[in-house]
Amino acid sequence: MKFLRDSIHKIKPNFEKGGKWEKFYYIFEAHETLIFQPETVTKNKGVQIRDAVDMKRMMMTVIISMLPCLLFGMYNVGLQHYVALGAEASLLEMMGIGALKVLPIVVVSYATGLGVEFTFATIRRHPINEGFLVTGMLIPLVLPATIPLWEVALATVFAVIIAKEAFGGTGMNILNVALTARAFLYFAYPSDISGEVWYYLGEGAETVAGFSGATPLALGAEAVANNTNMMELMQTAGHGWSEGLYSFSNMFFGFMPGSIGETSTLMCLIGAVILAVTGVGSWKIVLSVFVGALTMGLVMNGLAVNSYMELPAHYHLVIGGMAFGAVFMATDPVTASHTETGKWIYGFMIGVMTVIIRVFNPAYPEGIMLAILLMNVFAPLIDYFVVNANKKRRLQRASV
Amino acid sequence: MELVNIAIKSIFIDNMIFAYFLGMCSFLAVSKKVTTAFGLGAAVVFVLMITAPVNWLIQENILREGALAWISPSLAEVNLEFLQFIMFIAVIAGMVQLVEMIIEKFSPSLYGSLGIFLPLIAVNCSILGASLFMVQKDYGLAESTVYGFGSGIGWMLAIVALAAIREKLKYSNVPDGLKGLGITMLITGLMGIAFKSFIGIAL
Repeated sequence: MKFLRDSIHKIKPNFEKGGKWEKFYYIFEAHETLIFQPETVTKNKGVQIRDAVDMKRMMMTVIISMLPCLLFGMYNVGLQHYVALGAEASLLEMMGIGALKVLPIVVVSYATGLGVEFTFATIRRHPINEGFLVTGMLIPLVLPATIPLWEVALATVFAVIIAKEAFGGTGMNILNVALTARAFLYFAYPSDISGEVWYYLGEGAETVAGFSGATPLALGAEAVANNTNMMELMQTAGHGWSEGLYSFSNMFFGFMPGSIGETSTLMCLIGAVILAVTGVGSWKIVLSVFVGALTMGLVMNGLAVNSYMELPAHYHLVIGGMAFGAVFMATDPVTASHTETGKWIYGFMIGVMTVIIRVFNPAYPEGIMLAILLMNVFAPLIDYFVVNANKKRRLQRASV
Repeated sequence: MELVNIAIKSIFIDNMIFAYFLGMCSFLAVSKKVTTAFGLGAAVVFVLMITAPVNWLIQENILREGALAWISPSLAEVNLEFLQFIMFIAVIAGMVQLVEMIIEKFSPSLYGSLGIFLPLIAVNCSILGASLFMVQKDYGLAESTVYGFGSGIGWMLAIVALAAIREKLKYSNVPDGLKGLGITMLITGLMGIAFKSFIGIAL
């Protein structure tokens, strides 16, 4: 540690005012503060709260809470690969295949995103935004393992520039950056991110007899279109090659096809606990998203026009990216509502909208992405009304 | 049920801003503050709700081919549809004048902050657009009223949401070249992505 500190001190003058690499000061500074806490600290005088937590430590907490999802995602990519091929494999082999597919996506996402960040920081002379540490991890987790790497790079560049840097960087954006990247891919290259992309099969591989790549959400859309029974489709899915593929427990633990990080509700909940205990993410939002989805699911059960509406409400919580979106996307402190009352409304509406989009909109099988983006747009408005209601209440109290 | 469907459809799915890009000028220009945006939105809702049924009556009883038959059978072959635009615009302009007088009387502060954009509602494309869509979609009187109302609410929702975002944007560090309308255009595009969640819903 001492050696590292010393060598940083040795090259520091080069980056400071008048040094030969003055232009790149912020890039240097970002690396320095990533390793050590800043050297300029408040003088030990007066009453202050001293805390080691800064933006970088906070973002690291989020990344740690995502690790279960990432590891399970890698395992699951391998598992689904061998299930689809009908082959036996050890845990290590599954992890190997998964890592081979997932890690390049992570690397590309970080490399392009940080490249854009560094460029902007150098040109605009602002400190490097730590926010991308999380975004760079979120982007791979919401993509299928089969996504072409150049599309990952393109989406990352688009999202970082348009959704974040144009607004001034971390903490000032309107829409969730990772979801903007996914939405960009969804509208620009729909064939690579929807349909039969959820299994990584490998070049020219023979799938097992009876194999079908349909996800529960696709089955739902299919059931509505053909007027068949969705529950029946879910129960018979995987018949002959992967029994009980879409049983409730299987979907809860996440042994099903889907985006890399989203399949396991359990892993997302572990992440949610880490976020809630450390206070980095708002448990109110997570809870209210689930409550909203459950409520809307029950309302749908009451209406019960087609078999998708009859799907038991708690199934909505475990299929698709519901849990992942609720835990890691909706709780983004920048784009969510800032007021406490607003968070309840915001989360609840996300849950409601997700189920509505899933059931009513055949164009988008998964609703959570667009539901969160939509509520991101309305979050400032919710805040506005909550703050105004507060003002009104307090004024009334003052006049009495 | 049919009317509720039309209302939902015109508010969310066929949103005037995000599905048709109508009424963009005042949408971009008067969205700096939520209160002002709310006032303009309410004015647009009011104008739309009146002009749609009035224009429907004019269309059905005067302009449509053979509509004049109620005066005398000899007029049954007259087709005045070429007057559609000018008649609709005239009605809209009249209504806007009315709204302007009402607002000036009851809320001078709102009148002041809306400024030139109040009379400009007359040429707000979303209002003429609603009247023309209503003819195109063969709506009846009640349906037209609901359609006008829904379109207005959808427009108001969009402008109020944009205004709230722009108020929050005060704390952002937007690059110099993008300040003002540039970033507003970007936000509108991003909002459009979010509103895509409704497009495709079949009611």
